[in-house]
Amino acid sequence: MYSVNYHRAASVADAAKLVKAGDAKLLSGGMTLIPAMKTRLAAPSDLVDLSKIKELQGVKVSGKTVTIGAATTHFDVANDEKLKKACPALVHLASLIGDPAVRHRGTIGGSIANNDPAADYPAALLALGATIVTNKRQIAADKFFMGLFETSLKEGEIVTAVTFTAPAKAAYEKFRNPASRYAIVGVFVAKGKDGVSVAVTGAGDDGVFRSKEIEAALAKNFAASALEGVKVPAKNLMTDIHASADYRANLIAVMAKRAVAAANA
Amino acid sequence: MSDVSLIVNGKRVSGAAEDRTLLVHFLRENLGLTGTHVGCDTSQCGACVVHVDGKAVKSCSMLAVQASGSTVVTIEGLANGADLHPVQAAFREHHGLQCGFCTPGMIMTATDMINRHPEGLDEATVRTELEGNICRCTGYHNIVKAILAASKTMSKGSKGKARQAA
Ligand SMILES: Cc1cc2nc3c(=O)[nH]c(=O)nc-3n(C[C@H](O)[C@H](O)[C@H](O)COP(=O)(O)OP(=O)(O)OC[C@H]3O[C@@H](n4cnc5c(N)ncnc54)[C@H](O)[C@@H]3O)c2cc1C
Ligand code: FES
Ligand code: FES
Repeated sequence: MYSVNYHRAASVADAAKLVKAGDAKLLSGGMTLIPAMKTRLAAPSDLVDLSKIKELQGVKVSGKTVTIGAATTHFDVANDEKLKKACPALVHLASLIGDPAVRHRGTIGGSIANNDPAADYPAALLALGATIVTNKRQIAADKFFMGLFETSLKEGEIVTAVTFTAPAKAAYEKFRNPASRYAIVGVFVAKGKDGVSVAVTGAGDDGVFRSKEIEAALAKNFAASALEGVKVPAKNLMTDIHASADYRANLIAVMAKRAVAAANA
Repeated sequence: MSDVSLIVNGKRVSGAAEDRTLLVHFLRENLGLTGTHVGCDTSQCGACVVHVDGKAVKSCSMLAVQASGSTVVTIEGLANGADLHPVQAAFREHHGLQCGFCTPGMIMTATDMINRHPEGLDEATVRTELEGNICRCTGYHNIVKAILAASKTMSKGSKGKARQAA
């Protein structure tokens, strides 16, 4: 790792000031950034640690509205009792991220700001029609995730929370790479007042996306059987050492079926 | 450089360290606590697991300055003098180690897992919870047996002592 200057931010306003220095980067759980710095893929001059900022922590559920602070760990999302009632699918998703030690440190804000094409949270936020709240503005999830490791965040902009309306039904099914534990294909289905939405992670050439084919079939009939014979095109899907685009296309339909069955259970 | 002050295995310690110093290197090189190992570059093997403020974390993926102000427990902090911690005793009893390289991380992950599941553990849960710890020798079966046995002993009586130590 190259030399770096560490700063612990006391508040969001403090962090916004500190992050203007040199080539500074925000640090949350560090489960992506520290490994990247160790391999010198990232070399910020300064690190601004958000993890001790109280206002960025915790899950709030009020009526149907769920708000999760950016520095809330995967562990805290996976174990939140109110969220288990409001949106058990998201609790389940958080419990599948990495391993216990990764979940103890990694955060939702860091995960979505990083927008790894195989990360789990982007699928949930896109399918739930969530809003990403920053220190500057509010961004709809479909305007936030912009491709591989790309988001619409501006230089130094800080994600403070994500918020969404609890869906009537939802579920997440993940086909994991057994070594990395990231998704080879992950499918989040949600049925709410605006209809059915289905978001796919791990598979898209351009990161997380919504599957129109699967949404169309489920809009008519929200049942696993409605997906019999539905084909997802392999165009624009990834081919890598783990799986081919065709394999992923088939897996998307399989995971979607399982997710719908789980959402209806 | 920053001042890093921690409570490690019950003792207050402090020292100056470069900001880029990983917690695992601070423990091993500044404090001489070489029980915590480094087994990979990719945050995947778990040989470096310690407890920070009561939670199992990978000390290779955290800066020492990030931990400043925290309470840390390493493998050296588990035994009570010559009395092994119940998880250590179970690893010995059930032959849960061969070369021993992964063992400190396994045991720190196991104590954290047992503390979080006071209701008890089953084999499937232990195997899922061990996903972040890699062992090249044992094939895991005896590690799983050791953790299940330790979980039983700890829920029986030595709970108080184990809780304190971990
Ligand atoms: C072994 C291992 C397995 C993993 N498996 C999975 C998995 O199965 N699924 C999965 O989804 N992820 C997985 N991860 C990644 C993990 O979820 C990380 O926690 C996550 O990607 C990044 O979150 P973080 O809080 O650690 O962010 P950091 O590493 O601290 O930061 C990541 C990036 O986001 C920026 N950032 C952080 N917080 C903010 C903010 N509030 N506003 C703006 N920018 C910010 C940082 O500047 C940095 O560029 C794994 C990681 C490891 C090490
Ligand atoms: S050395 Fe920390 S996970 Fe391998
Ligand atoms: S005992 Fe040798 S790596 Fe686990």
